[in-house]
Amino acid sequence: MDFTEQQIHRYSRHIILQNVGVEGQQKIMNGKVLIVGAGGLGSPTAYYLAAAGVGTLGIIDGDVVDTSNLQRQVIHFTSDVGKPKVVSAKEKLLQLNPDVNVITYHQLLTSENIIQIIKEYDFIVDGTDNFPVKFLINDACVLLGKPFSHGGILRFEGQTMTYTPGNACYRCVFAGPPPANAVPTCSQAGVLGSIAGILGTIQATEALKFLMGVGELLTNRMLIFQALNMEFRTVKFKHNSSCPICGNNPTIKQLVDYEQATCDIQQSE
Amino acid sequence: MEISVNGKVQQIPGDEILLLELITKNGVKQPDMVSVQLNGSFIRKEDFRSTVVKDKNEVDFLYFMGGGKYLFF
Repeated sequence: MDFTEQQIHRYSRHIILQNVGVEGQQKIMNGKVLIVGAGGLGSPTAYYLAAAGVGTLGIIDGDVVDTSNLQRQVIHFTSDVGKPKVVSAKEKLLQLNPDVNVITYHQLLTSENIIQIIKEYDFIVDGTDNFPVKFLINDACVLLGKPFSHGGILRFEGQTMTYTPGNACYRCVFAGPPPANAVPTCSQAGVLGSIAGILGTIQATEALKFLMGVGELLTNRMLIFQALNMEFRTVKFKHNSSCPICGNNPTIKQLVDYEQATCDIQQSE
Repeated sequence: MEISVNGKVQQIPGDEILLLELITKNGVKQPDMVSVQLNGSFIRKEDFRSTVVKDKNEVDFLYFMGGGKYLFF
């Protein structure tokens, strides 16, 4: 594929960047990335991936925009309240970069549909806010051999890691969701809006690095930051031989839909 | 003795401490909600009670983190 003059101009800061160049930009433009959740993490991720010119961006989210989302989900505007998040997101992304093929799925990701959806993509970004889907994404990606970026935020903190086949997966670190009888404490919930921006842009960077094949991905380590004292640290780990899905004797051979309790002021997000 | 917890040195009296005790000492209210790595290996939750942490050991606590709406520790 040849670049148009307009594309050379649009992506000039990538093209002049060592490690990217025309080849790297071409790889970005051939890339297909699925973003799960058009929320706090998905908003910045989607913006930067669309701006970078990722060829196909899939966005899956079953929710509609609520006023309480606007504090951190920057792809949605006040006038979007009530609109499906994927529709709102697609509108902004196409205005940002009409070259991007945005595919939307206004539905929840479940054990029934996940394989069909993710198999079309090169890289998956987990921007969900709940553990059942986080484990579902991990398990499906491990079973299909798809790379993905895990992201989690809470209060003033964030964590992210990247999985690629052969390296540690999310279950290598967290064997399974917290037990159902664990009582959540609402006073510990909430998140500072800008934390989502910090983490989502890191996830977007991992997706771009993966597409271009440059640098070292955040594999076999978890990046953790605490914004109150603005400390970042990386915890290294190895592939866990007793991991229930990718270890030596895996016990999980099919996808599971877990239940999850929520801690919410209003009915649902 | 000196051990490293989440990258920071902690002084602990004596020569050793049980991992579960160290977890509690660090303010983790529900040990089920944390994943623990000792010297680069994950420790199974059922082994928290029997695992001994010694001088110069490195311990990392990794917490479940979702999206600010759900919580678990």
